[in-house]
Amino acid sequence: MAHSAAVATPPPKGKASKRRSATPRRLPYLLIAPAGLLMLGFIAYPVISVFYYSLQNYNVTKPWRNGFAGFDNFTRIFTEDELFWPSLGFSAQWVIVQVTLQLALGLALALIVNQTFIGRGISRAMVFSPWAVSGVLTSTIWILLYNSSTGFSRYLADAGIGEYGTSVLSDTGTVFWAATLAELWRGVPFFAILILADLQSVSKELYEAASVDGAGRMRQFFHITLPHLRDAIILATLLRGVWEFNNVDLLYTLTGGGPAGETTTLPLYVANTGIEGHDFGYASALTTVAFVILLFCSIVYLRLSKFGGDNK
Amino acid sequence: MTAALVEKKDARTPGPSGGNDLPPPSSHRRTKRERAFDDVPRWQIYLPLGIYLLFTLIPFYWMFLFAVRPAGSTSLVPWPMTGEHFNKVWNERSFAIFFQNSMLVGVATLIATTLVALAGGYALARFNFRIKGAFMLALLCSQFIPGALMLVPLFEIFKNLQMINSLGSVVIAETVFQLPLSIILISGFIKNVPISLEEAAWVDGCSRFKAFRTVVLPLLRPGLIAVGSFAFVHSWNHFLFALMFLSEQDKQTIPVGLNTLIGADSVDLGALAAGGVIAAVPVVIVFAFIQKWLITGFSAGAVKG
Repeated sequence: MAHSAAVATPPPKGKASKRRSATPRRLPYLLIAPAGLLMLGFIAYPVISVFYYSLQNYNVTKPWRNGFAGFDNFTRIFTEDELFWPSLGFSAQWVIVQVTLQLALGLALALIVNQTFIGRGISRAMVFSPWAVSGVLTSTIWILLYNSSTGFSRYLADAGIGEYGTSVLSDTGTVFWAATLAELWRGVPFFAILILADLQSVSKELYEAASVDGAGRMRQFFHITLPHLRDAIILATLLRGVWEFNNVDLLYTLTGGGPAGETTTLPLYVANTGIEGHDFGYASALTTVAFVILLFCSIVYLRLSKFGGDNK
Repeated sequence: MTAALVEKKDARTPGPSGGNDLPPPSSHRRTKRERAFDDVPRWQIYLPLGIYLLFTLIPFYWMFLFAVRPAGSTSLVPWPMTGEHFNKVWNERSFAIFFQNSMLVGVATLIATTLVALAGGYALARFNFRIKGAFMLALLCSQFIPGALMLVPLFEIFKNLQMINSLGSVVIAETVFQLPLSIILISGFIKNVPISLEEAAWVDGCSRFKAFRTVVLPLLRPGLIAVGSFAFVHSWNHFLFALMFLSEQDKQTIPVGLNTLIGADSVDLGALAAGGVIAAVPVVIVFAFIQKWLITGFSAGAVKG
């Protein structure tokens, strides 16, 4: 990184010669100060307080029990808690299914709209548009589609497909795929946008050379396009995986973690414990565990994928 | 890990407009081979694209349909239209106030994020300083911290600052969680502006700030549009902070209002759809406006870390 951050300073002007020694050394610190202070106060401090409270009994509704708890909260998570493992399992399932499908569809979509064809601009705008839609709005839209009386299934039933009164969101057998479809709808454009951006920098000559050498479109894809996209794909899947793990907007509003806790992710479980159950000490311990798991998985993923490696 | 990536890709991306370079129009007639490479059969483009477009657009159409057709209608065409649902959510369900609050939060977050990230991004792009590595690491690590899990400690902080039920608390929280990515993006854009341009301005007697304002800033336009619109769209869409920190009805934002409609005992689908359309319109407009910048913005700065 050093080469791009050339340490150059403006030539001192006569009257401001004092600044020559003072400014350049202090200036970068002054410039990062606002960001640094905000992040210390509103990210670092809350994180530390979560770690601190994870070792405490801290429950607004049971103040007489508050106090140092040692590792009791953690012992409870791994030995007694009957909701922890299922919610962790569902989180893993959710993240893996979402990231895999979003990547596959996003890649395909990016390759298609990267071609030259009539109507490309408007097509891009339309297929990317769900990217800007919020989790709550996605829930809104898909509740309208899924509702049993006037939803999509009713019109399908009118046409003789399926049954009347099907509510995919309250059936434990279908709720996962119903939520998955809704999340895919708004998640695929993220991958498509990032991959399309990276496709812009593939050299056309490479394809032409490969074409002259008789390589078909499939071989060109696997030997030129995919290696070029490697780092972008690794980074995008990691960011998206973390995001899908942490994000609760959609499931909170679409299924509320139900039916029967079937779609409760770990963060959703934490939010319920901390906010509705007021058991902040225990929620903090769960948060700590979630954070460690996330960090561990991310490091392993980056190592395994040899991110930024030279074999490009 | 970022360092390696930055160096590798810096060499490839020429300028702030970023790698959108089309080959110059060729004068020679294209050989059959070249045409074969370019011309994917049309149906292989239009068929999958058409299917995906249906998947994308039907949900939007569905919402629009429910929002404009009279209650009790099961027609699949939005005619005759009615404004009753809009009237209801806008006036009776206070969406007029929610809309105003969301706008305030969105614009304030946009301004705060862009200014703070510009300063930080410039420091990262143009200086070596002792805590630079630690600062970069903090930015990257913060990506792993779930905002949802920070709700309770943040709530306590804002309670101590007496900012509960003030839109300021949401602006601060949105800005803080938007900052790390914005700083990383902006420093990438600034690195793409050759430092020699700034040096030339210094030689002409410009101060560092003036050189930045007159030389660098205009070249950062695509990047700033990408970062600013990100900040706006995120804070417009984000739900949990507003849900937690704003309990008074006249302070709430659009996503919270939508959630109230979803959670109502008997969901009024027409009103819900109209609320959804109101929530969607500003981001769709912003999106249509920035869509082109987004691709160039990303290819110039994003993936480079």
